[in-house]
Amino acid sequence: MLLIDCPYCGPRAEIEFAYGGEAHIARPAADVSEVEWSAFLYLRDNTKGVLAERWRHSHGCGRFFNALRDTRTDQFHAFYEIGTPRPDMGGAV
Amino acid sequence: MVEIAEGCALAGLPPMVRLVVQGRPAALDAAAASLGLDAPPPMLRVASGVGGSALRLGPFELLILPTLEGRAGLDAALAPVPHSLVEVSDRNVGFLLEGARAADILAGLCPLDFALSSFPVGMVTRTLLDKAGAMIWRTDAHSFHVEVWRSFGPYVEAQMREVAKGISFSLLTV
Amino acid sequence: MSGAFRLAGRGCIDTTRPVVFRFDGQMVRGYAGDTVASALLAEGRHLMGRSFKYHRPRGPVSAGSDEPNALIGVGEGGRYTPNLRATQVEIYGGMVAVSQNRAPSLRFDIGALNTLAAPLLPAGFYYKTFMWPRGFWDKVYEPLIRRAAGLGRAPTAPDPDHYALHYAHCDVLVAGGGPAGLAAALAAGQAGARVILCDENAECGGSLLTDTYSLIDGLPCGEWVVRIVAELQRLPNVQLLTRCSAFNYGPHNMVALNQRLTDHLAMPPTDMPRERIWQVRAREVVLAAGALERVLVFEGNDRPGIMLASAARTYLHRYGVACGRKAIVVTADDAAYRVALDLAEAGMKVAAIADLRPAPGGPLVEAARARGIEVLPATTIQRAHGHLRVTGAELAPVGADGTVGKGRTVSCDLVLMSGGFTPSLHLHSQARGALRFDDALGVYLPGESIERVRSAGSCRGVFALDDVLRDGVAAGLAAAGGETGPVWTVTRQDAPGTGGFAGVLPRRGPGHLALAFVDFQNDVTAKDVKLAVREGFRSIEHVKRYTTTGMATDQGKGSNVNALAIVSNVLGRRPEEIGLTTYRPPYTPVTFGAFAGHARGDQFDPLRLPPMDAWARAQGAVFEDVGLWRRARYFPRAGEDMAMAVARECRAVRAVAGIFDASTLGKIEVAGPDAAEFMNRFYVNAWTKLGVGKCRYGLVCRDSGFVYDDGVVGRIAADRFHVTTTTGGAAGVLNMMEDYLQTEWPDLDVWLTSITEQWAVIALQGPRARDILAPLVDGLDISAGAMPHMALREGTIGGVPMRLFRVSFTGELGYEINVPSSQAQAVWDRVWQAGAAFGLTPYGTEAMHVLRAEKGYLIVGQETDGTMTPGDVGCSWAVSKVKPDFIGKRALALPALNAPDRLQMVGVLTDDPRLVLEEGMQLVPAADSPMPMSAEGHVTSSYFSPALDRSIAIAMVKGGRGRMGTSLYAPSLDGPAVKVMLVDPVFYDPEGARLNG
Ligand SMILES: [Zn+2]
Repeated sequence: MLLIDCPYCGPRAEIEFAYGGEAHIARPAADVSEVEWSAFLYLRDNTKGVLAERWRHSHGCGRFFNALRDTRTDQFHAFYEIGTPRPDMGGAV
Repeated sequence: MVEIAEGCALAGLPPMVRLVVQGRPAALDAAAASLGLDAPPPMLRVASGVGGSALRLGPFELLILPTLEGRAGLDAALAPVPHSLVEVSDRNVGFLLEGARAADILAGLCPLDFALSSFPVGMVTRTLLDKAGAMIWRTDAHSFHVEVWRSFGPYVEAQMREVAKGISFSLLTV
Repeated sequence: MSGAFRLAGRGCIDTTRPVVFRFDGQMVRGYAGDTVASALLAEGRHLMGRSFKYHRPRGPVSAGSDEPNALIGVGEGGRYTPNLRATQVEIYGGMVAVSQNRAPSLRFDIGALNTLAAPLLPAGFYYKTFMWPRGFWDKVYEPLIRRAAGLGRAPTAPDPDHYALHYAHCDVLVAGGGPAGLAAALAAGQAGARVILCDENAECGGSLLTDTYSLIDGLPCGEWVVRIVAELQRLPNVQLLTRCSAFNYGPHNMVALNQRLTDHLAMPPTDMPRERIWQVRAREVVLAAGALERVLVFEGNDRPGIMLASAARTYLHRYGVACGRKAIVVTADDAAYRVALDLAEAGMKVAAIADLRPAPGGPLVEAARARGIEVLPATTIQRAHGHLRVTGAELAPVGADGTVGKGRTVSCDLVLMSGGFTPSLHLHSQARGALRFDDALGVYLPGESIERVRSAGSCRGVFALDDVLRDGVAAGLAAAGGETGPVWTVTRQDAPGTGGFAGVLPRRGPGHLALAFVDFQNDVTAKDVKLAVREGFRSIEHVKRYTTTGMATDQGKGSNVNALAIVSNVLGRRPEEIGLTTYRPPYTPVTFGAFAGHARGDQFDPLRLPPMDAWARAQGAVFEDVGLWRRARYFPRAGEDMAMAVARECRAVRAVAGIFDASTLGKIEVAGPDAAEFMNRFYVNAWTKLGVGKCRYGLVCRDSGFVYDDGVVGRIAADRFHVTTTTGGAAGVLNMMEDYLQTEWPDLDVWLTSITEQWAVIALQGPRARDILAPLVDGLDISAGAMPHMALREGTIGGVPMRLFRVSFTGELGYEINVPSSQAQAVWDRVWQAGAAFGLTPYGTEAMHVLRAEKGYLIVGQETDGTMTPGDVGCSWAVSKVKPDFIGKRALALPALNAPDRLQMVGVLTDDPRLVLEEGMQLVPAADSPMPMSAEGHVTSSYFSPALDRSIAIAMVKGGRGRMGTSLYAPSLDGPAVKVMLVDPVFYDPEGARLNG
């Protein structure tokens, strides 16, 4: 069971959280092309490596937040609030 | 109180008024002030004033257990600031779990660390008790105020009793 | 002393406490402290089981959890547990144990004929031999194989015991209580860390419990262990767990332990859990898992009486048991010499030590020679003789060029083998730790791991006792962040073993490698492994799956390194180029009961009871599960079946009034200055013009344009909406609302609160509903003019606060009375009493479904499947045309979502009004469409309608709205295709006159 460091509550067991998919995918305005809208709905990178993803502390504070997780190892590199940019990990990851 | 394990008792809490206040900091400040508090409690902490107790369950959320007078003042205090105030008195049911084994019983159902250094007196949080969402408030070293949604009450009570059944057969904490 | 092979004055068993148990119906006498294996060995009995595939007679190879052969069933009835290792099962008075996989008896087993069929069961036999003729698989081959192969049978009676779960947290978890683990735990504990130390055995000590030679600080090892355990027990920050196996290493240092509490007790205390799973979240983990001695691979190496050298030492020193009278030792490692010396000292005859190495030397070898034991350098074991027990072995010289010469047969009743020691890497590997091959030791050692884990002692190739203790202390200090730890001086010890061997022993001629076993438990031979490579399998992972080597319940503890060496030899590549298979949890088998823990029986899942559940039970309702809720399905009267009860309930609602507990509906309060703006963005409907005191049917789409949920929404105030969702959609809708609010529209001043369980909902539906309700609502005017359809009023009912919705899911005049849950039953009782004079009837979920289907109301999740747009289900009217954006708006404009041949919701009528279609039936164009045919649609709801006195159904059909009046056919499994006609889905009161009454 992963240990997830909620930015509001601190480290908690994975079962308190719900996964929210890839992060930083902006919802386009309603007048974009069909291709753009379809890409927003369905196209994801399926990253092998460090992925920015969303979690919700659904059985805790209820907040959504972002995390950087290495999909190869399940190791987290950062947790950060919604609306803040993806942290620059330098050359580390 | 019913003793469910040696040195551990469980009781259902009587009905009480429960109010969810949500809003930006100004709203939480106003709610805290109306209870007689200088400021809202920090995340995962409880503060009690003359008007009642405020439980900080989320960055923008307080669960308020008001006194009779405290409740009356809340509406007026919040009126000038954008907020949400919703009564959920009947949504939750409460339990009081008390005794030397209380933390061990919760640890049979919940992956939180109930060591006093990690979960001190005055801490509150939502979490899970096995498959039920729950709120746990440590009111004393060996005393927990537990709340769940009404329909989960019988399940959670039975689970606590089941854990209590086997609790005395091993030292469980370091 | 009982048992002819018991040695007086030896072992740690309690000879003052005899214990009698049964094995295969026979009484066996042992002592407190014995295992089933040690007690049987004390009677000179090695034969304890039959093998998986060939039913070969087998005895214990080991003395611990790595045992592949001696698997037994223990207990009776619901407490019967199969496949336990006799080498670990502690005996108690009255225990009933049985051998497995034999018929009719262990000594004579007809299944052993499988050995003769061994050529028919080669590697990969599952995949090839039995593929032809095709029809034979089901009827001939599979039943045969299933009957022949296998281990213990599963118990059929319910398990009477209970099992526990405990989440624990510590700074340092130490897995393994041998010398390294004890040292690590004490060092970490003295440094002040919260420490948990677990060991799979009944007591800590590991290899020290059988080491009668070494001295630590001048103390015999056993005494030192007692002293250290006592020190650990004095530390309040250290928890010691015995009979507790670390079996799973999960991400982020969550390690699962399985603690066995009662299995060794004749009379466990009432209420004592049988086992407890510990889920330990550790800041740091120290693995002190030790090393396992390797078996040697030679012809007949599975005969009872052939075992690991270290096992014989354990039986001698732990249990005071001589495993035989006359032993041959075959070794490639010095450690076996110590065993030979111990055996000789205990009075057993050691006929010879055959050493595979050309020139063994050193103090242990000299000591053996000095004791008069014949040491044969450069000698292999060509084959072992015997059937139910080994009777001798041919020992043959190995020339400098590797050829094996003619040997001589030496009689014996015990062959002890030692291929050297394999560090136990299972947990490290589960922790996603890398492995690196050590050329000097010829084994894999733990490499880097991403977890906060370190290995100590022999599990990382440190073997000399003084080094092990230092390594343990260093690991404990590093894990705990301590500076100084305990120091011990090992005043006497053997030098660590050198040498070791992996793969098939050198032999003369091609021989019968088919009987040289690599994996005893899965009956995989050296020949199988070689065959797999010859047939083209190069990856060790593929060889593993093709041959099943390492896939048995022992997880390849004894077999992996030998299999690797064989593959390496055949391919002519170094072992590190081959790699090692991934170790998978559990390290040792864990019972299903332990995994279930508290979650069994009624407590498997939460059972959520709606507020009027007790009333419904008193009325004799029949219930159904809806998610976690238990809801009343119908209320049968005497002599009624479901169809009759449902028909009566439906007729009552249409003729008079019905009362229904709708409390499980999801409810969310949306409040704040931007509430209307939020609702506009979230729902497909428009909300700005919905006045306070009114409600509206709301439809939620995903941004994909597909319907997600629906429900009535009432406007309580300008800045407050009372939203309802489907019963199953409550949590999902709230989550989706929070998602958009927090991540897309954080600027909005609006907040969400779940009020599902705050408000109970009493649905009162039918033409007399108003007459029943009006006197109860404390002066509120609910007349048709004052409170029309889709109106909402706040008020009180008998003094109880109420939100009253005039809504209908039946097509009749109706109300949904929302009252606080704690007072719902009292309000229900008042309504019930008021309705009695009218003939008010309780109805359940089944009638609710029929009534709504008669009206053509959709149920999200029944008519929809996650690919339906509002237009598909006839709800285009709900979608705002003017809002600039809402969830799903852009997608609903995609051409594919507006294609004319999309599935559209229609009504369906059969020619035969008595015939009720099956839900899920496909609809095709012609009764005799050729196969394969493609469907034009499918039936989503189907009932007998009491109002129409005929069957009705709803279907999703391609372009269905344009096909009204045309026919399709529903192919049936048990008869001719059923002809149906497509009609409007509103079967009853299409003008809605009753609704607005
Ligand atoms: Zn949180």
